[in-house]
Amino acid sequence: MKHAMNNRAHRSLAVAAACIASLAVTSCAPPEPRNTGVYLLLDTSGTYHEELDKAKQIINFTLSRLDALDSFAVARIDTGSFSERDILAKVTLDDRPSAANQQKREFASSIERFLDDTPKSSHTDITGGLLQAVEFLNEKEPGRKTIFIFSDLKEDLEAGYVRDIEVPVEGFEVVALNVTKLRSDNVDPREYLDRLEMWKRKVEAEGGTWRVVNDLDRLETLL
Amino acid sequence: MTFESLLEITPYPGLSILLWVVLGMAVLYLARSSAHHVLLTLCQALHDILNLAVQAITATEKKLVQRNHEVLLAAGREAKERIVEREFVRIGDSVNRDLVGYPGLQRALSDAITRIEEDHQHAAEVPPEPTAWVKAVEVVAKLDRQELSVGPLLSQIHKSLVDAQTASLKEYRDASAKRHGLLQRMMPQWRRIQHTLDRVGKSIDSLLERSRSIDRHLSEYREIVAGTDHSIAVLSSSSLVQFFISALVLAVAVGGAMINILLIARPMAEMVGGTSFIGTFRMADIAALVIIMVEVSMGLFLMESLRITRLFPVIGALPDKLRVRMMAVTFAILLMLASVEAGLAYMREILMQDELATSALLRGGAATAQSPFMWITTAAQMGMGFTLPFALVFVAIPLETFVQSLRTVVGLLGIGGLRLLRLVLRLSSSAFVHAGTALVRIYDIPIFMPLWVEHRWRGPGAKRAPVGKSRAEVAP
Repeated sequence: MKHAMNNRAHRSLAVAAACIASLAVTSCAPPEPRNTGVYLLLDTSGTYHEELDKAKQIINFTLSRLDALDSFAVARIDTGSFSERDILAKVTLDDRPSAANQQKREFASSIERFLDDTPKSSHTDITGGLLQAVEFLNEKEPGRKTIFIFSDLKEDLEAGYVRDIEVPVEGFEVVALNVTKLRSDNVDPREYLDRLEMWKRKVEAEGGTWRVVNDLDRLETLL
Repeated sequence: MTFESLLEITPYPGLSILLWVVLGMAVLYLARSSAHHVLLTLCQALHDILNLAVQAITATEKKLVQRNHEVLLAAGREAKERIVEREFVRIGDSVNRDLVGYPGLQRALSDAITRIEEDHQHAAEVPPEPTAWVKAVEVVAKLDRQELSVGPLLSQIHKSLVDAQTASLKEYRDASAKRHGLLQRMMPQWRRIQHTLDRVGKSIDSLLERSRSIDRHLSEYREIVAGTDHSIAVLSSSSLVQFFISALVLAVAVGGAMINILLIARPMAEMVGGTSFIGTFRMADIAALVIIMVEVSMGLFLMESLRITRLFPVIGALPDKLRVRMMAVTFAILLMLASVEAGLAYMREILMQDELATSALLRGGAATAQSPFMWITTAAQMGMGFTLPFALVFVAIPLETFVQSLRTVVGLLGIGGLRLLRLVLRLSSSAFVHAGTALVRIYDIPIFMPLWVEHRWRGPGAKRAPVGKSRAEVAP
């Protein structure tokens, strides 16, 4: 009887030890990142420059939705957008909520100054901006990678700029915001639709997801 | 080999089919006894296996029932002993309280009775003595009426009589007044005696009531020690009721703990970070939960030190001095944690205000003016943060009851489950027996023709050999 009880006790201890060991092993594995990285590309070319007021709304909304350890960068799309100099402001929110709130307030006030001061660009290099966004977000390694493109999606490259390359957006979510229709789009809507379709194909061919949000009153679906 | 090729054994498909049917019948007829044997043996084997399983489950169920009864009776015995011990302590306290003043009570009663006796003696009616003038009247009555000196004598006697009557009346009135005064003085004494006797009567009644209660508990205790079915049934239902009530109270306590966690999780994020995760749980939530659990543990130890609960007999068995120190230490820790929680609740309010201001700024609107009554919310949060830990202290009581009754409930559920399983297995076992017979009959359906021929060949009176009969059919 005593021997049987000892055997039972030993078996129970072995099972408990196995459970604890498996728990220790699973908990030692590096956790998946849960933060979000957002890169906002602002088109500062031509007539689209007047839309930048709406961009403030998007920036403030994005800031309000971000949480601790999330990253946010705002960059302009100009003649050559594949450059760190085009990043107007960037922030990675602190782990502490109070510090994160303070950072959000400072970011909002600084970006307002930059947007007011940013000049118009003569050309539009969206692909370069996308490449820069991909590089930035890959370096940050957030759990969720999102690129906002605040543009009419009409790319206008300066002579000599090579942008006929794939943008590696696998695992990225690319959202086109406020894709305004040009005068020529009104004459022939197929231009507008073809433009959207082209970008959609380009993004989805590389494994990314593509979305268009034109109604800025319903930004809740963004993040 | 396709179906079409099977039909091509003769030039006529109908004939081919008939040929195959006859061949099939012949094969089935020849293999009839073996097939019956296989079917019945298979079903019998399954029946036997299921019967073995039923026996094993029955044995396990019996052991579980016995173990459950032992646990129930042990718990019931312990609870009853505590109740009876408590009742005896109460009776002892009551007797000490009431009888400690008994000598004084007896002395007071004796004094009161003595005073009453004295007053009664003084108040006794003393009949007035007949005056000497009565004899004088007799003498006068015997005097001769012819004598001239009788008139003044009678007048003198009349005057004396009147004076004597007045004096007697006065004396009578004085005596009556004195008597009434004495009787009136006796009234408070009577009341005092009555009051004292009433008190004694109540004490005796209380003792009698307690002794009746003890009698009842002791008879229940004897039943539990004897392990009667009635006592087991009573303990089982009592255990179930306690389980549900304690579960309900614990659910309320869990709700209180959740509220507590919500109050302090946000400020905890300032300390441990808002984005660290363990599994799917935020570190801040886990830290808040740990604080709550520590408070519950301190409450548990406090209850154990006060000997209100007995989850840890080691604590109850500590020397009194050490137990009192433990009480003080756990209460101090609890007080400190409650103060910390109140502070964190206040911090939460500040953080909420900060977040609202940030959201307002990002929305582009002006900062909303603070309501003058916001201090109520802040005070309520701080009050809850300070009070909830002390409220959670009492969760030790339903927890103890829940743990003790859970064993019984799990045992009862286990017994119920085993009985259900036994029923299912018994039904399945019986079904397999009948299935065997049914399969045998179904097997004979396609070969009805050769069987009919056999039956006609053997004659109507001949019985078919009991080949393939199941044991259930053969055995009486």
